[in-house]
Amino acid sequence: MSASLDKGVRVLKEVIDAPIASYFNSCVHCGLCAEACLFYTETGDPKYTPIHKLEPLRRIYEQEYTLLGRVKKRLGLSKPVTDAELAEWQELVYNSCTLCGRCSVVCPVGNDIVYMVRKFREGMSASGNAPEGIKGAAQRTITIGSPMGVKLPAVKAQMKHVEDDTGIPIPLDAEGAEYMVMLSSMEIINFPEYLGAIAKIMKQAGKTWTLCSTAFEATNAGMQIGNSDLARVIVSRIVDGAERLKVKTVISPECGHAYTALRWEGANLVGRPFTFEVKHIIEVLGEFQAQGLLKTEGKETDRLTFHDPCQLARRGGVIHQQRSLMNQVAANFVEMPDAGFMNWCCGGGGGASAIEEGEELRLEAFKKKKSQLDAVKPDRLVTACANCRIVLEEGLEHYQMDIPVVGLTEMLAEHIPDTATKSAEQQGA
Amino acid sequence: MQGPLIDSLVRQGITRRTFLKYCATLASMMALPPTAGRAMAEAMAAAATGGQRPSVIWLPFQECTGCTESITRSHSPTLEGMIFDMVSLDYQETLMAAAGHQAEEALHNAMKANAGKYLLIIDGSVATGQGGAYSCIAGRSNLDLLKEAAPGAAAIIALGSCAAYGGLPNAKPNPTGAVAVTDIIKDKPVVNIPGCPPIPVVITGVLAHFLTFGSLPELDKLGRPKAFYGDTIHDRCYRRPFYDQGKFAKTFDDEGARKGWCLFELGCKGPVTYNACATVKWNDSTSWPVESGHGCLGCSEPHFWDAGGFYKALSMPADPLKMAGVATVAGAAAGVAVSFANRAKKATAKAGHETTTLADLEKE
Amino acid sequence: MTEMQFLTWVRGPGLDIAVALFLLGVLWRLIEIYSLGRKADLSAPRHTPGASGWHTVFRRSVPPPGMVKRSPVSYIGGYTFHIGLAIVVFFFAPHIKLVESVTGLSWPGLPSQFVDFVAVVTMAAMVVVLVDRINKPVKRYLSTFEDWFTWTVTFLPVLTGWLAVQHLLLPYTTMLALHILSVEILLVVLPFTKLFHAFTVFGSRWYNGRVNGHKGVAV
Repeated sequence: MSASLDKGVRVLKEVIDAPIASYFNSCVHCGLCAEACLFYTETGDPKYTPIHKLEPLRRIYEQEYTLLGRVKKRLGLSKPVTDAELAEWQELVYNSCTLCGRCSVVCPVGNDIVYMVRKFREGMSASGNAPEGIKGAAQRTITIGSPMGVKLPAVKAQMKHVEDDTGIPIPLDAEGAEYMVMLSSMEIINFPEYLGAIAKIMKQAGKTWTLCSTAFEATNAGMQIGNSDLARVIVSRIVDGAERLKVKTVISPECGHAYTALRWEGANLVGRPFTFEVKHIIEVLGEFQAQGLLKTEGKETDRLTFHDPCQLARRGGVIHQQRSLMNQVAANFVEMPDAGFMNWCCGGGGGASAIEEGEELRLEAFKKKKSQLDAVKPDRLVTACANCRIVLEEGLEHYQMDIPVVGLTEMLAEHIPDTATKSAEQQGA
Repeated sequence: MQGPLIDSLVRQGITRRTFLKYCATLASMMALPPTAGRAMAEAMAAAATGGQRPSVIWLPFQECTGCTESITRSHSPTLEGMIFDMVSLDYQETLMAAAGHQAEEALHNAMKANAGKYLLIIDGSVATGQGGAYSCIAGRSNLDLLKEAAPGAAAIIALGSCAAYGGLPNAKPNPTGAVAVTDIIKDKPVVNIPGCPPIPVVITGVLAHFLTFGSLPELDKLGRPKAFYGDTIHDRCYRRPFYDQGKFAKTFDDEGARKGWCLFELGCKGPVTYNACATVKWNDSTSWPVESGHGCLGCSEPHFWDAGGFYKALSMPADPLKMAGVATVAGAAAGVAVSFANRAKKATAKAGHETTTLADLEKE
Repeated sequence: MTEMQFLTWVRGPGLDIAVALFLLGVLWRLIEIYSLGRKADLSAPRHTPGASGWHTVFRRSVPPPGMVKRSPVSYIGGYTFHIGLAIVVFFFAPHIKLVESVTGLSWPGLPSQFVDFVAVVTMAAMVVVLVDRINKPVKRYLSTFEDWFTWTVTFLPVLTGWLAVQHLLLPYTTMLALHILSVEILLVVLPFTKLFHAFTVFGSRWYNGRVNGHKGVAV
């Protein structure tokens, strides 16, 4: 079997539902969605108008599911969707959309455009029109286990490294642990401090936790490419692992789409409610803070601001916890304009950062993030998504802005007094 | 001003001054300049003197005689009726003394003697059904009579809504084939003076204009003198402030009715009716329908009998909405039918789902 | 056909046909759209007060932070003409009488001079949003024949109604008949064009609010 237009159209016919029908029939072409989308605001090119990114889907809906549309099609009066058109739309649906969801929040008639883009990607991927970069990531995730090609031995190596550094043992496949911790490839390769931070936090909180040898990777490239079949394969590994280890909660790491894929799409992909909870690490830290299990010493004194990852805040519902946590360890925390649930995307989510040919567009769109930062002029930028970190660093470098980017979990862990770990050193090794 | 007319009026108790005032009023009602009032007085006085009184032939067709009643039923009969002292009313069935062959002879003599110069007044509609048999005088149909009398007329006055539009006989289903004068005569100047009946002073005003200036006053698109038919009842109605405030009588004897509130809801057709009732009023300015508590029927407008009902407000549907129920059901049925088709299509798509594997991300 | 006959026709058979087609269209389209249904969400919900479908139905009428500045004409013009239309349609005495005669419901109207003023403001706002649609790149890019057509079909009833009351352009009877006819055209095309958002906006906002409310985000 291989990709084809027929397959794509068939998949789209499956996913079109009442919300999508309602949305297409409500659109009044007001263009406000464009005003919310950084790909339009920073380029001025109207083709990036969010609702326009869905034009082929709209025609398929009309031609397949409305009486008048069907009659028009029968009479040869409607414009069919072609493979060439879908190929042309690849840039709009992937390069210039990170599924950030701002458009869905501003549409006056209530259209959930990101919901529709996500579904449109099903047809795009099934018809072979997904970008090479994400296809590669998907391939690596499915065959190797992670989009960056990280395998278990690499993970184990990092585990050892962290154990040596912190003096805290990193559990693997510990059955009955309360928390199953996942990592994203970015963290394993680029930000290994994350794992160390987790170890320190969990030790202080006195919680049991574990990594899972068959489900250490949180990133779901299937979801980014927009293909439920592939996304299901990836999510199933996590579900199987969590059920095998009988954990209470699975923790999604500092990654945006991984959280969305597991927390919100996961149960629907596998077709049954989970028997475990899913939480983002920031949610867990927020809980620990509220329960008095996160004790820190000292505060960062430089001027800090926070970038809300779209999938965590606006799309995930975790909005106040990160601020609470920032206030615990930052003496000089200032909010960017539009911070919180209206934050502007870093420009690289949803697989966009994996698309090479989209880099120029991403960098141009980054001007929006630049303007937010220019308004507060922070010394450093804190965030809670590894992909955002990479994209932010690339953008900051391009615009020659000297603002280091740090992860929130790491920063919190740095303020956990060493007494928690000293005793471990004395006990361990 | 001297002359037999003045003497005659004085004998009837009307001073010269009153006569002048009347002419001035008439002129001002017709929005003519002040000098016209004087000109009218002199013309009418002069007309009454010599043998130059213009010939007026009045042919009644399919009518109820209400128009004749109206013009003769004026408060001060001398002032209205005196107009007949200015003209030579050579044929008028209700008023003339002659009857039968004598009357017919008078008609034909007048037509011959004044060929090209007489004023032809028609009241009643022209029946055209069955070759015109529905309305005949002396064995001849109104249609034939009209066609015979029109060519010699200087101008035609279609008096009343029947002559102007076809009137009551023209109401659905129009069994007699009643039509207006202007439906038959196309090559003569025709003044329509609609109303069921028309206000007396309107008739007088048009005649006075003709006598004074030898021409018909300025007419609107429906051939009505703009002086009297230029505004709608609604725009001159003394109850208009109540309309603007939304105060409507809901029944004929509720509190609103007793307080004189607007009769729009009770079917008043004032907004779409052009006439002078609201300003000139009836019975020498005694009252008029709205002032008496009944909505305007719109009697000076064409087809007022078939305008959706006297007691249905203009904002109400003229006929009940008959199709709404069926349409709702039909719409729901269409929607349900489509939903089944949609369901089937979706099920087929789902059944034909080919699970995407990595190989399937590439096109063939 | 005389003026009066034209008026009687649009008040009679014309209205009957238009209302019938309107009801037929609305029912058909509502069922056609919403019968597609939606799969249940099996993920565990996050309960946050104020985040639900119903909340969004109302809250979405408030512009989100920062958006009015980005497109003031869309918001200010849009609010003005929608509210203006509502006032003119629902608070002008003859219109209320029409609704009463068909449904039995009635409510107090506003002074006709005020409604007259609002009609002028509404038309001005509609012209402003039309000009914006022509000038702004995004709106122009998105606009199709349907956008211009629906604008016209919505503008004409306000214009003809106002002209009738003002006794401008054509005699009152004809102007009134044209006004009623223009409303009939609006009714017939409404279910089959973007004007149907008058009905679907509730469903769309509700779905949006619900899906996001499930995640605990109040949109």
